[in-house]
Amino acid sequence: MKEEIRLAGSGGQGVILASIILADAAVLSGNNATQSQAYGPEARGGACKAEVVISDERIRFGKVLKPSFLLALNQKAADTFAKDLPKETIVMLDESIKTPEGLTENTVIRLPILETAKEKVGKAFTANIVAVGAINNVLHLCDNETLFEAVKLHIPKGTEEINLKALSEGEKLRGSNE
Amino acid sequence: MTKVLMQGNEACVKGAIAAGMRFFAGYPITPSTEIAEGSAVELPKVGGKFIQMEDELASMAAVIGASAAGVKSMTATSGPGFSLKQENIGYASEAEIPCVIVDVQRTGPSTGMATSPSQGDVMQARWGTHGDHPIIALSPSSVEETYRLVIRAFNLSEKYMTPVIFLMDEIIGHMREGVEISNDIEVIDRKMPSEDQKENYRPYDCADGELVPVLAPMGKGFYYNITGLLHGGDGFPTNDNEVTGRQVLCLMKKIEDNRADICQSESQDMDDAEIAIVCYGGTARSADEAIFQLREKGIKVGMFRPITIWPFPEEDFLKATKNVKKILVVEHNYGQILLEVQRLAKNLPVEFLGCINGKTISPDEIIAKVEEL
Repeated sequence: MKEEIRLAGSGGQGVILASIILADAAVLSGNNATQSQAYGPEARGGACKAEVVISDERIRFGKVLKPSFLLALNQKAADTFAKDLPKETIVMLDESIKTPEGLTENTVIRLPILETAKEKVGKAFTANIVAVGAINNVLHLCDNETLFEAVKLHIPKGTEEINLKALSEGEKLRGSNE
Repeated sequence: MTKVLMQGNEACVKGAIAAGMRFFAGYPITPSTEIAEGSAVELPKVGGKFIQMEDELASMAAVIGASAAGVKSMTATSGPGFSLKQENIGYASEAEIPCVIVDVQRTGPSTGMATSPSQGDVMQARWGTHGDHPIIALSPSSVEETYRLVIRAFNLSEKYMTPVIFLMDEIIGHMREGVEISNDIEVIDRKMPSEDQKENYRPYDCADGELVPVLAPMGKGFYYNITGLLHGGDGFPTNDNEVTGRQVLCLMKKIEDNRADICQSESQDMDDAEIAIVCYGGTARSADEAIFQLREKGIKVGMFRPITIWPFPEEDFLKATKNVKKILVVEHNYGQILLEVQRLAKNLPVEFLGCINGKTISPDEIIAKVEEL
């Protein structure tokens, strides 16, 4: 088993935290995981890429070489990282994003991640947790309880309820497969 | 033992505290900032002290002061701050004050690229401060090794009464990995003089072949001097050339004569290798994957990885590369350890793959380079 997951968005959307949670969940499930990120000097608004490699074997190189999965939370991230993808890569896009050209052979899943966080959960900043739930729903990395354990490692006390709601709303998302 | 997900910088703090670090002074800088943050959180829990100083010069001075008072001390920085610390690193070397200086290397000269990886400070670690002086530098290749190796950095610094450079890079500093943190570790503390040595205390007399001084913590009633000037046995400056010559020679030889103890390296797939890749730190992870794929294609390639960067593990290198036909040095700079390898591998062709634009060298680039050799 090996997953090479790339998450992309703009700084402040929480894609790095989402990647850390996925890596934590993998380690809690007894797998190996490496997590890394690339971002510019600015704290908010710049392009941000985070990566997780999950394997039941020793991970030699810790960064993504051939993504098995790509999440893009904004148009720029989708346009940048959807280029030259292997046809096996599963692509998850927020519904607000126009599907980039050239993904004819890929599985593309369009989900209302940002809208779900804003409208159903009631807090736009939970979009990354909604995304984590949606990703696990597609990749089946671990059971939902383990995933929530991983989320709880990273959230302030008193926010468990809203994060659990975000996670379950994410897990429930069934988008239109293109 | 269960694994936990941990960042390289976080593992550095955990290892340092396990080694006995009880003082940290620093000035935060990407990509080392998490080491200052983590020390600020963790040190008060074990009765230690964290100070954010006004700049890197002051933080290096504070680290030397705390260590002179007998407390294991560390600072962490990146290239721009490492430059500023050099004057006081020289002081620690000459005054023989143990301390650990973490440099999480980032790209470029000057302020460079804050969030991009590099190994451009290898020669600065060796010769960044002026004058003939010894240095120890260690470089980890994984988060787990960061934990173990920073403990070794403290142990070597205490054993040989010397500053130790912990040469990390952005790749490992910012990467998170599942690690097993072992409590089964060896911790070395500096030797202490006995009370009966208080009379006529001359800690810097490297008499009877004893090269490492036994320094009493300041404030314990032992009368001696600490200075960056060349000094006699009592630590006070002197212009007596015989004394100063002996003092600097002792300084050099305490590291030189103990290379076998200090130098560590790792050889991977070297038994039948025709091509040896020499690399270290985060770059070794790219080589690790490249070697795996090249071996599947039947290419006999292995890796020699210095873990102790300075002094360079010469004997290990010569032994590991005895039967190879070619050497490829891979590092995130314009060629620094390359110079050591060229010096040692006299009759072998030495090729180079470097990177200076802030990217991470990918396994594919190494594979392509090996295939064209």
